[in-house]
Amino acid sequence: MQDLNVKSTTYEDGVIRQFSIMAVVWGVVGMLVGVIIAAQLVWPELNLGLPWTSFGRLRPLHTNAVIFAFGGCTLFATSYYVVQRTCQTKLFMPKLASFTFWAWQLVILSAAVSLPLGFTQGKEYAELEWPIDLLIAVTWVCYAVVFFGTVGTRKVKHIYVANWFFGAFIITVALLHIVNSAAIPAGFMKSYSAYAGVQDAMVQWWYGHNAVGFFLTAGFLGIMYYFVPKQAGRPVYSYSLSIVHFWALIFTYMWAGPHHLHYTALPDWTQSLGMVFSLVLLAPSWGGMINGIMTMSGAWHKLRTDPILRFMIVSLSFYGMSTFEGPMMAIKTVNSLSHYTDWTVGHVHSGALGWVGLVSMGAIYFMIPRLFGQKQMHSIKAIELHFWLATIGIVLYISALWISGVMEGLMWRAINTDGTLTYTFVESVKAKHPYYIIRLLGGLLYLSGMTIMLWNVIKTATNGKAAIATIPPVAAHA
Amino acid sequence: MSDFTSNFWPVFISAISLLGIFGCALLLWRTSKVKVVATADGTNGHVWDEDLREMNNPLPRWWVWMFIFTIIFALFYLAAYPGLGSYAGKLGWTQNNQYDQEVANANKALEPLYAKFTAMSVEDLSKNPEAKAIGERLFMNNCSQCHGSDAKGSRGFPNLTDNDWLHGGSPEKIKETITGGRIGMMPPMAAVVGNAEDVKNVANYVLSLSGSMHDSGRAGAGKDKFTACAACHGPEGKGNQAVGAPNLTDNIWLHGAGEAAIIKRVNEGKINQMPAQQARLTEAQIHVVASYVWGLSNK
Repeated sequence: MQDLNVKSTTYEDGVIRQFSIMAVVWGVVGMLVGVIIAAQLVWPELNLGLPWTSFGRLRPLHTNAVIFAFGGCTLFATSYYVVQRTCQTKLFMPKLASFTFWAWQLVILSAAVSLPLGFTQGKEYAELEWPIDLLIAVTWVCYAVVFFGTVGTRKVKHIYVANWFFGAFIITVALLHIVNSAAIPAGFMKSYSAYAGVQDAMVQWWYGHNAVGFFLTAGFLGIMYYFVPKQAGRPVYSYSLSIVHFWALIFTYMWAGPHHLHYTALPDWTQSLGMVFSLVLLAPSWGGMINGIMTMSGAWHKLRTDPILRFMIVSLSFYGMSTFEGPMMAIKTVNSLSHYTDWTVGHVHSGALGWVGLVSMGAIYFMIPRLFGQKQMHSIKAIELHFWLATIGIVLYISALWISGVMEGLMWRAINTDGTLTYTFVESVKAKHPYYIIRLLGGLLYLSGMTIMLWNVIKTATNGKAAIATIPPVAAHA
Repeated sequence: MSDFTSNFWPVFISAISLLGIFGCALLLWRTSKVKVVATADGTNGHVWDEDLREMNNPLPRWWVWMFIFTIIFALFYLAAYPGLGSYAGKLGWTQNNQYDQEVANANKALEPLYAKFTAMSVEDLSKNPEAKAIGERLFMNNCSQCHGSDAKGSRGFPNLTDNDWLHGGSPEKIKETITGGRIGMMPPMAAVVGNAEDVKNVANYVLSLSGSMHDSGRAGAGKDKFTACAACHGPEGKGNQAVGAPNLTDNIWLHGAGEAAIIKRVNEGKINQMPAQQARLTEAQIHVVASYVWGLSNK
C-alpha cells in the first residue's frame, strides 16, 4: 500500500463531488418535507386524508432525510475530503469509496419509498426495516475500511484532531446501529425488536441520544476542526483542550440516553445516571465550542467580509447554546416540565438547524469551488442572503417553540383548587396554534436559504469542471 | 433478554460510573499539568495540509472550574439519590414515593371540599352549581377525550346527553360504569343468522324497528332470523342493559347508521371498552362527576 500511495500524486475527489452535490439536494428535499409537516400541524387538512401523506409517516421521512441523507452525505463528503488532506495521501480503496456513495443513495431511496408506505420498526431515528438496516451496516463497514485505511496509510506522523472525531463517529455509529437494530425478521419488511419492554426503550434511547452525540456532534466537530481553521487561516486554539474534550465527550455521551426516559418505568438509578452524566457533558461539549471560536482570535475582522466564516461561527454559537440547554433539560425537575412538549422539538432544532445545518453549509461552500476548480462560489451575495435567511429562520423557529413548549408544559400542570386540571389537553393544542404558524415561517425561511444554496452550487459546478488536486509535499517538521 | 438479576451487574455498573467520573477529573488534572511548549510561531510544530497548525493554549480557567463543579455535583447527587446500582441514596427518594406522596397530599387537601358533596345525593348534587362546575372540570379532564367536550360522543363513543343508556342511567349504575369501566361485546353473528342474503334481510328488519329507511320485503324475510339477535337485544329489539346490548328501536346508532354499518356489525361483531377510572379518581370525585353526567340527561 505504501508503494501505491507514493505513486499516486493526486487526491481522490470524485466521490466527494458526488456526496457534496447530493448533500445539498437531499437537504432541500428533507427540509421541504419538514416544512410540509410543520404546515400540517397548522392546517391538519394538509394530511389530505391519505395514509401516505399523513403526519405520522412523513415525520420519520423528514428526520431520516435531514439526518441521514443531508447530514450523512455531508459527513461522507467532508470526512473523505479532510482525511485525505490531513493524511496527505489518496483515499484508501477508491472503488470501495465509490461503492459507499451508491449504496448510501440506495439506502436513502429505500427510506423515501418505505416510510410513506408505512414500513417502520417504530424506533425513533431507527425506523428503517431490517433489509435496509443490513444495507446500512454493510455500507458503514466499507466506510470504516476506507476511512481507517486512509488514516493507516497517512504520510504525516500525527493524526489530525478532525480525524479523531470522524473516527469516533464512524466506530460508534456502527456499534449503535447494529445493537439497536437487532431484530427478528417476521417476513420481508417486518420485524420485531430483539429486546422487550423497558430494556427495549433503554436500548433505543441509548441509540437515539448517541445518534445525536456521535452522528450529529462528533462527526460535525470533525468538520469544524478542519474547516474553521482553514477558512479563518488561523491555527487551532488549543491542542490540550482538544484532547480533554475529545476523550471526555466520547466517554460521557454514552451515558446520557436515560434522560429521554425520566419519570417512566426505567429504574430510578438508571435515570439518575443519565441525568448526572448529561450534566458532566456540559464542559466537554463547550470545549469544542471554545476551541472553534477561539481559533478565530486574530481573525475576527474576517467575519465582516466572509459569509462562509460567519456560517461556521454562528453554528458554533448555536452548538454552545444547545449543549447548555440539553444538560439543563436533563435535570429531572426541568424535564418534568419540558418532556413531551414543543420545547424538546425546539431544542433539537436549535442543534440541528443551528449547529449541524450551518456548519455543513459552511463546509460545503468551502469545498465546492475547490472541487470544481473555481476561485470561489458563483455568487457571494447569494451566500450572504442564505446566511441571513437561515439565521432569521432559526431564531423564529426556536423562539416560537420555546414559548409554545413552556406554555403547554405549564398548562398541562396547572391545577385548580378543587384538584382538577385547569386546562383540557385540547385547550393546550389550541393555544399553540399561533406559534406553529411562526415555526412554519421560520422553517420556510430556512428552506428558501437552502434552495438558494442549491442554485449557487449548481451554478458553481457547471461553470467549472472536476478539478484534480495534487497532493502537496509533507511539511518538513511535521 | 436477560433481566440482569445477578448481583454482579449493579457492582459492575457502579464501578464504571465512578471510574468514569473520576477518569474525567484525572484527565483534566493531567492535561492542566502538561507544560505548554510552543515553537517560535506559537504552535506545537505539527503541520497538516500545508497550513493547518495547532497552538497549545492552556485550558481556560473558567471552563476547568465549570467542569470540576459538574463533577462534584455528580458525586453529591449520586450520594443523595439512587444511581449507583442497588444503593438507595441518602435521601431515600424514589419516583414512586414522590408520586404517592403528591397524590396523598392532594387528596388530603381536597377532603374537606369533597366531604360536603359526598353527603349529598347525586340528584341534589346535579343542581348544586359548585358541584356542577367541579363535575364539569373532572369530565373535561378525564372523560372528554372519548365522549367529547360537549359529552355528545362520536362513533363508538356513547352520547351521554340523550338519556339513552347502554348499561343503565341510574346514579348507581353510572357510578358503577365510571368506577369499574365497561366492556360491550357483540360476537360475530353471521354464521348463526345464515347466508349473506339472510344477513342483509335481518339488517333491514333491524332498520324497520326504528322506522329507518329500509326494504320492507327484506325486512319481512329477516324477521325470523332476528331470533338469533333477540337473545341479547330482546324479542322486540329494545336491548338489555344487564349485558349492555343497545336498544335497536330508538334510531341511535353507536357504530354507524344504515344497512352497510349494520351488516358489518353482524358479520364482524364488536368489542367496545370503557376503561375503569377507580385508579385515577377518588370515590368522592366519581360521585361528583357521576352527578354531572346524570345531570346531562336529567335536566
